Amino acid sequence: MIPAAFDYYRAKSIQEAFFAKQQAGADAKWIAGGHSLLPMMKLRLATPPALIDINEIDGLSGIRLQADGLVIGALTHHAEIAHSEEVVRTWPLLAQAAGLIGDRQVRNRGTIGGNLAHADPASDLPAVALALEATLVAEGPSGRREIPASEFFVGPMTTALSDDELLTQVRFPVPSGKVGSFYCKYPHPASGYAVVGVAAVAQLGPDGKFQAVRVGVTGVGMWAYRAETTEKELVGKLPTQENIASAAQHAVDETDVSQDLFASEQYRTHLAALYTVKALQAAVQAIQ
Amino acid sequence: MGVTVHTRVNGQPIEREIEARQLLVYFLRDELGLTGTHVGCDTSQCGACTVWLDGRAVKSCTVLAAQVDEHEVTTVEGLAETVPEAQRIEGLHPVQAGFWEKHGLQCGFCTPGMMMTAAELLANSERLSQQEIREALEGNICRCTGYQDIVDAVAFAAEKMGVSVERDVTASI
Ligand SMILES: Cc1cc2nc3c(=O)[nH]c(=O)nc-3n(C[C@H](O)[C@H](O)[C@H](O)COP(=O)(O)OP(=O)(O)OC[C@H]3O[C@@H](n4cnc5c(N)ncnc54)[C@H](O)[C@@H]3O)c2cc1C
Ligand code: FES
Ligand code: FES
Repeated sequence: MIPAAFDYYRAKSIQEAFFAKQQAGADAKWIAGGHSLLPMMKLRLATPPALIDINEIDGLSGIRLQADGLVIGALTHHAEIAHSEEVVRTWPLLAQAAGLIGDRQVRNRGTIGGNLAHADPASDLPAVALALEATLVAEGPSGRREIPASEFFVGPMTTALSDDELLTQVRFPVPSGKVGSFYCKYPHPASGYAVVGVAAVAQLGPDGKFQAVRVGVTGVGMWAYRAETTEKELVGKLPTQENIASAAQHAVDETDVSQDLFASEQYRTHLAALYTVKALQAAVQAIQ
Repeated sequence: MGVTVHTRVNGQPIEREIEARQLLVYFLRDELGLTGTHVGCDTSQCGACTVWLDGRAVKSCTVLAAQVDEHEVTTVEGLAETVPEAQRIEGLHPVQAGFWEKHGLQCGFCTPGMMMTAAELLANSERLSQQEIREALEGNICRCTGYQDIVDAVAFAAEKMGVSVERDVTASI
């Protein structure tokens, strides 16, 4: 299978990328790892007239632990995130989720920026970005802006980025206090994408009760979301099995549950609650 | 649109004028005649097209040839040269020798891709469990062998390359 013909520009700097984009027009697309875009182009589900390759832009890749957070460049490959000691130490669920993406070869080539910008309804990293309250840094011809993850995913495969903006980095706040986190995924047996993926972050106060709870969910609806009702219901409560299970009944309150050949609406709803329980329990356990 | 690509494939410098939409796997097979790299699914699922890009295993049906400009590609034809001569077994990479020794193939269609993924795993590991070998080969599908002989072939190569392999009971069930 061969994609429809397109013009190709190799950008060596962000400025070059913006210039190429301006020349090539609104329908031109950035290409990073190509592991979401090229399969779609080969099936002719996408036929962009031009691709602007951002892989050769310096400074868009790498992982740094800074005072203001764990900063990951948009071009950083999933494999590097999965194996990074900084990531494992700071937010183990991020390394875990990156390590569960597709397979070894996909993780060697796919990037965190592409994964978030593509916003596939079944991608893993959007759930993690939501649960960790990540900040997505975008640059465009008119400047740089920071978008909170909670405002980034706005529709099916649609984000808050405008056509001419590049996602340059993702910043995850560093945890403070007694915090535990976990990512739980029920992979589609053929594609490996999440039928349901739940990223949970739990923080306990000195009284042993939930001080903060954040639950990011992917795969269930047409875009990733925070299970806010579940979160609110748990704050101030003890992390008992009963409390968690009861709150998890609200895991799909914030979405319209999808259905497809593999999983009916009812089955997905069931899985969402089950995986919310699993992820929260494991997050609590990770605190000790 | 035509694009110029300067790359190194199996250590050889290559320069070609290609169509922007040409996929790396077709560049290797049709332009360079390196037909060891196979096309199975052509939809990023099967791993038959796995090659190394800058030493990392990738699916060449899901990379544009234009994207390997100024980068290095290794295919199964160049696999043996990725280990020092002393490690080669009758001229073969230990993974190739392992597939021979342990009957790691039947029809052979998946084999080049399997070997490229396995060899990358071994190049980047100090110790492995059988389960880790299986997980690393998750993106490579074999319709013939049932995988056990492939895992054994990789374990054989690991030993020759000084990578220790822990036996775990569950993996061989
Ligand atoms: C076989 C297979 C299995 C997979 N399994 C999983 C899985 O289990 N879980 C999962 O989460 N994902 C999975 N993926 C998808 C994979 O993670 C992709 O790598 C990722 O979704 C896209 O990243 P990319 O770098 O390849 O982006 P590309 O394909 O290059 O780009 C995707 C989209 O994002 C845009 N884009 C890319 N980078 C930027 C940027 N920096 N700024 C703005 N826009 C940008 C592009 O224009 C394009 O529209 C799988 C892919 C394959 C082929
Ligand atoms: S041909 Fe590339 S993954 Fe199957
Ligand atoms: S040996 Fe035939 S597909 Fe693997």
